[in-house]
Amino acid sequence: MTRRDDLLTLLLRLGDDHLILGHRLSEWCGHAPMLEEDLALPNMALDLIGTARMCYGYAAEIEDDGRTEDDYAFLRDGTEFRHMLMVERPNGDFAFTILRQFLFAAYMHPVWDGLTKAADQRLADHAAKAVKEMAYHIRHGGEWVVRLGDGTEESAGRMLAALDDLGPYLGEMFERDETADRLVAAGLLPDPAVVRAAFDNMVARTFAMAQLPPLDVTTGISGGRAGRHGEVLGHLLAEMQFMQRAYPGLTW
Amino acid sequence: MSDDRQSPKASQLMPLWEVFIRPRTGLAHGHVGSVHASDEVMALQAARDVYTRRGEGVSIWVVPSASITASDPDQRDENFDPSASKIYRHPSFYDIPDDVGHM
Repeated sequence: MTRRDDLLTLLLRLGDDHLILGHRLSEWCGHAPMLEEDLALPNMALDLIGTARMCYGYAAEIEDDGRTEDDYAFLRDGTEFRHMLMVERPNGDFAFTILRQFLFAAYMHPVWDGLTKAADQRLADHAAKAVKEMAYHIRHGGEWVVRLGDGTEESAGRMLAALDDLGPYLGEMFERDETADRLVAAGLLPDPAVVRAAFDNMVARTFAMAQLPPLDVTTGISGGRAGRHGEVLGHLLAEMQFMQRAYPGLTW
Repeated sequence: MSDDRQSPKASQLMPLWEVFIRPRTGLAHGHVGSVHASDEVMALQAARDVYTRRGEGVSIWVVPSASITASDPDQRDENFDPSASKIYRHPSFYDIPDDVGHM
């Protein structure tokens, strides 16, 4: 595997994580429990989709085969997506959505923070922007986690149920493979131990305030990085890709 | 709802907050609207998400709407009409020296 191949793999992993979670968040538009969150959740979706666009645009330049960012988003089938399974899970209730968003941001913040010093200028430049976005997603999600976890019997019960539902998918964030190890060695991903420590620290502090039990991240369901996804991804893609599938080449 | 238990009302759980934003080019915070939120931290977040999406501001204030004391609309005439005849209070008859700055 060359550095070029590894960089492409990284861009697809990052891009797909952000696009699929961004799409999930966008599904709240018009359905959130209050107007304020109806704006907040799509705001964050746009942050994530912005990162996906950078990743796909950069990948398209590297591959240089005439495809554009849209081809990556709208014309790939499920098995070609490389995101973690946690991001494709259905939104569930507000507690599940918030918990997933908080944990994803708690994981991505140290990743982007490390990438601000990446051995690739394009990635480093984007990281400087993304790290601020993740800082806000942590704050937004974290404050809600505290208020739901340490709220009413109803809200605490929903938070605990969300933890149970999401638990088996969390291990995939910290999965290692040869590509990831080479990316770390090449300065294209930060030290996994640093990322894990920052994640654990952020989650422990927030969960303590939220009166939630300590998070136990164990190896669970995985396969997203290899393109093995759940049935739910097919439904998501059917909606997200409909226009380009039905009207190929359609533009605004 | 016919059930009248002592559970708090939505307006108590999520009271209203008035939002003030200081624009990039402005000197003072101006009122832009309101949000519902459980407390001041959540109100600031909601204000950020609702009112600064287009780069409107560099600083946000939130104030409980209940803390605002408003003038009585019935007293509008006596409050505000007497100033209408005092045009000399507008500094439009003077040249303002440059070093006065913002008026």
